[in-house]
Amino acid sequence: MTRTGTATVRVGLPYHLRALAQVDGEVLLDVGRPTTRGLLDALERRHPVLRGTVRDPVTGVRRPFVRFFACQEDLSHAAPDDPLPDAVMRGDEPFLVIGAMAGG
Amino acid sequence: MPGVRVLVGTRKGAFVLTSDEGRRDWRVEGPHFGGWEMYHLKGSPADPDRIWASQSGGWFGQVVQRSDDGGRTWSPVGNDFAYAAVEGRDGAGTHQDYDGTAKPWSFTRVWHLEPSLTDPDTVYAGVEDAALFKSTDGGASWSELAGLRGHGSGPQWQPGAGGLCAHTVVLHPTDEQRIVTAISAAGVFRTDDGGGTWRPINKGLLSGEIPQQEAEVGHCVHNLAMHPSRPDTLFMQKHWDVMRSDDGGESWHEISGDLPSDFGFPIDVHAHEPDTVYVVPITSDYFHVPPDGKLRVYRSRTGGGEWEPLTNGLPQEHCYVNVLRDAMAVDRLDECGVYVGTTGGQVYTSPDGGDSWAPIVRDLPAVLSVEVQTLR
Repeated sequence: MTRTGTATVRVGLPYHLRALAQVDGEVLLDVGRPTTRGLLDALERRHPVLRGTVRDPVTGVRRPFVRFFACQEDLSHAAPDDPLPDAVMRGDEPFLVIGAMAGG
Repeated sequence: MPGVRVLVGTRKGAFVLTSDEGRRDWRVEGPHFGGWEMYHLKGSPADPDRIWASQSGGWFGQVVQRSDDGGRTWSPVGNDFAYAAVEGRDGAGTHQDYDGTAKPWSFTRVWHLEPSLTDPDTVYAGVEDAALFKSTDGGASWSELAGLRGHGSGPQWQPGAGGLCAHTVVLHPTDEQRIVTAISAAGVFRTDDGGGTWRPINKGLLSGEIPQQEAEVGHCVHNLAMHPSRPDTLFMQKHWDVMRSDDGGESWHEISGDLPSDFGFPIDVHAHEPDTVYVVPITSDYFHVPPDGKLRVYRSRTGGGEWEPLTNGLPQEHCYVNVLRDAMAVDRLDECGVYVGTTGGQVYTSPDGGDSWAPIVRDLPAVLSVEVQTLR
């Protein structure tokens, strides 16, 4: 893994966000800081249309019905500056942005 | 060739319905933004190819879309609706929540987009929590007209059942400084300086749902309408009561007259007859369905007071749909057309001012808004 410099990270987006960003499949991002905040910063730089759709644009707080999964773990409640799993930073596993189960 | 373009926002996407001036044969396009709640779409009077759309949802929040080709293609624009600091308050301040506690203002969604009458790049957004934003750069950025929330009564505003939302924006046809907005459940406010300062204009409103029926603020106003030839005359569908003002909102009087119920959501004015008004009576706030299972648009040709039911072509039995506040519109063709969208997914049109009706579509998702552009 790369703890300094830049790593290429795989990000899986839900249907609506892929449609907004006009992408198919996973998004590959060059991520500087190996944290959720660093990853989302990179995602919003690449696709400005996603600003505000995953987290509040002012506070940075995750939207209530968005979840973050990786390596079969729920990272939604981790602090935004906690380190991401090594397997994500190596590109072995994707970081998944998920629309929470809602609607009954 | 003259015709109309009807912009329909639904719970699960947007639809564009087009027809020639006969308004009998329709082309249906959509859904655009399938799966998203499309609270409102509206075209620019200054450039009919420019259409604004509010796209929102519980998962991913608010997106504002803009089309520059009459709704064929769309591009997202800015969606940063940051509340401004209000003088004398801590930051943006607070309003009352349902339980009476002070709640910091926070953005949820755009309820209504009102394009400038003259500048295609300028548009107003009425949002929840209740505030007005303005963009002058084609939607790239939004600035709050914070004097509205900054009115001294702002900290006392409370949400209605649908939220604390600024849902109606009426622009004066010749005086760009005058804007009227309506907020549930605060009432009507007017600016005469382009949005810098605002004052409540609710004199004459009586609301049984609040402790002081004639209070300066706290009224659940559902919708406003104005005919451009008479900008001082405003029509209002309040939670209960249909009201009229002839002095720019300084005072209101009731015109419910012989309506079967004066509860309802939308109100609109005939394109060429400023005293012809349309409403859709709903049984009550507890029921949210038409009286007697009959969907009836009511028309007054006398500026209110005397109303006639319009039923020809509308369902007159077993009908239990609602018509929401932005879900009625009129076109400006020589023979004025009237459009109504229902929570049952029907969009009805009357090409003869309300005398006869027919469905354009029957099975859309629940309709949130209907606007119409008259194309010449």
